[in-house]
Amino acid sequence: MKKKEFIWKHKHLIGLRELSREEIEHILDTAAGFEEISTRSVKKAPVLRGKVVVNLFFEDSTRTRTSFTLAANRLSADVVEFTKKSSSVSKGETLLDTAKNLEAMGIDIVVIRHSAGGAPKFLSRNINACVVNAGDGYCEHPTQGLLDVYTIRKMKHSLQGLKVAIVGDIAHSRVARSNIYALTKLGAEVILVGPPTLMPAKIEQLPVKVSYSLDDVIGQVDVINMLRIQFERMGANPFPSVKEYSHNFGLTVERMQKAKKDILVMHPGPINRGLEIESEVADGPNSVILQQVQNGLAVRMAVLFLVNQGAMVKK
Amino acid sequence: MAKNILIKNGTVIDPANKINGKADVLAIDGKIAEVGNVKTQADIVIDAAGKFVLPGLIDIHVHFRQPGDEEEETIASGSAAAVAGGFSSVVCMPNTDPPIDNDTSVEYVHRMGRQARKTHVYVMGAITQGRAGEQLAEMGFMAQAGAVGFTDDGNGVQNAAMMLKALKYASMLKNVVVSQHCQDNSLAGAGVMNAGYNSTVLGVPGIDPLAEEMMIWRDVQLVRKTKMRYHVQHISTARSVEIIRQAKAEGLPVSCEVSPHHLLLTDDACCDYDTNYKVNPPLRTEADIAALKQAVKDGVIDALASDHAPHLKSEKELEFLAAPFGIASLECALSLYIKALIEPKVIDWPQLIAMMTYQPAKIISIDKGTLGKGKQADITVIDPNFEYKIDVNKFRSKSKNCPYDGWNVKGKVEYTIVGGEIRFSSREN
Repeated sequence: MKKKEFIWKHKHLIGLRELSREEIEHILDTAAGFEEISTRSVKKAPVLRGKVVVNLFFEDSTRTRTSFTLAANRLSADVVEFTKKSSSVSKGETLLDTAKNLEAMGIDIVVIRHSAGGAPKFLSRNINACVVNAGDGYCEHPTQGLLDVYTIRKMKHSLQGLKVAIVGDIAHSRVARSNIYALTKLGAEVILVGPPTLMPAKIEQLPVKVSYSLDDVIGQVDVINMLRIQFERMGANPFPSVKEYSHNFGLTVERMQKAKKDILVMHPGPINRGLEIESEVADGPNSVILQQVQNGLAVRMAVLFLVNQGAMVKK
Repeated sequence: MAKNILIKNGTVIDPANKINGKADVLAIDGKIAEVGNVKTQADIVIDAAGKFVLPGLIDIHVHFRQPGDEEEETIASGSAAAVAGGFSSVVCMPNTDPPIDNDTSVEYVHRMGRQARKTHVYVMGAITQGRAGEQLAEMGFMAQAGAVGFTDDGNGVQNAAMMLKALKYASMLKNVVVSQHCQDNSLAGAGVMNAGYNSTVLGVPGIDPLAEEMMIWRDVQLVRKTKMRYHVQHISTARSVEIIRQAKAEGLPVSCEVSPHHLLLTDDACCDYDTNYKVNPPLRTEADIAALKQAVKDGVIDALASDHAPHLKSEKELEFLAAPFGIASLECALSLYIKALIEPKVIDWPQLIAMMTYQPAKIISIDKGTLGKGKQADITVIDPNFEYKIDVNKFRSKSKNCPYDGWNVKGKVEYTIVGGEIRFSSREN
């Protein structure tokens, strides 16, 4: 197999926009190899033994953070938690100061989540450690994008030619962006669905289709990825009421009648039950929401492993 | 007492007097005494062979940060930067801390400017108290103290009724202009760069061009009603140009300025989150640049203004969302205009110099910007073809937030003469 000769060169994972199809596939293949570790009785591999990973989280997170911590633990790295409530940074210690302080303590990998788009890129330019983006503003959430395509690939074997709908607040969603890049690079067709007030500027310049009607789209797609409504990011209400939003864009049992029988229902979590997705659908036979979480672990192990490898290559 | 200065053998470009050719310039007692073939002797003789001799350049939009942010810039450091850039007159914006919203503050800026003994320092006062947009500032007192105009720069006056009141009230005052940073905050939101493809993929909030255009359009309607002289600061979009073009065609007393970055850079420059490209109004698109250049050519844009906005390195070394807006470019502004407008042959030299001298002088009602006999001897001598690399570390400005660092440009300032005194000479620097 030619793929085995692929050498990963990046010491950071900032976003999927800058990765090639081969690179994304290499991460997925590496993740597949790590998946098996979680099934062992001793759930550890020694590949990052002696390395220090910092979870530098400026925004609330439960699953992503836990997933990264577990992933690092399984690779035998030491994990340090560093939480700072995102305050706009002009007063007090700056992001750069924080990072340099951490670096002075001798860390190898920084996993950063930040409310400002570009914060991980900024960090990667200014410190020597590997930087892994765990979500920045509404720019990217690369490991979520990766675990989503990993899940689809596992269920559908290939993404080539699949139709994937991403539904909800595209404007403020880093998950949507990372998904768009990963899906389109792997050959899937992406349809964004939501009200025009939740579409970002010039979205038509990305290789996607846009629809304002979930009813028009639901019957055509192989995968539907329901985004969480993030009230905290929206500012002035972009839709009249939650009720009207749910009516138009919620994934209901009724709507599911029109879907393909083998449609995959995805959600990055945490779900707002009854809002963007009805409980019966979230818990139903087409839902792979928990598989996404499970696969997230293997994907994040792969990412931590690879950036560390990338740092070695750089040396 | 100023020494008498004779500048010989240069090419004089004095668009107000339609002069563009070889001539000598003589300044006696701080005033222009003669332009032509001068036989008189003088205390100081400058050989300007191969050089351009210009009316002292005027920048009607700078931020010298004093009072309040003296670590970024002071009136003294900004003035030194100004003369190094060839500017014999500048207009300070009132968004200091506290803002320049009363006559005492206006006098303070003037005094600091005189003490700096570099360039003529003018100031615009705030339109509203504290630049908060709620209550008129004492425009009458500030005008008496010598404020050349009013603006809440950094903010636009959001409330239409308040702006109407400001224009009406100011219309009884002599020799002032009401100037606006046009941005409707309800449309700009928390934006940090142009709203477009780049803001979408960078995942940061954008500023819709409409935010600028709507306020210009609104203000034009208010100007029609009040007939007050009104100036649009740093225009950045193609539609802004069209709104102003129409207002002018209608005969309304509207003028506008453009900054070097809006002629040279697009929002593509933000793609690496380099905060030196974070500026307000934001960098737009190639189509906007093309429209702005056409507007310069057509005379729709009256003045070139740097919007010199110094910030500390530590303030700019932040996330793109958190860093302050602004580009420091006063010392290289002339070279940037040459790059944007002369090198691609958008306009010729007399037109460029007009936009940097008597046209801005007219906007702020000062008797400057020409080499007419008897005028104050503000003269800038430049070597138009001298090539150099911009080096921010050589800036006299306290701040280095300049994205043009390392650019190869043309046009070197040789002398800046202010009121008949040599305040900058490249030979001593």
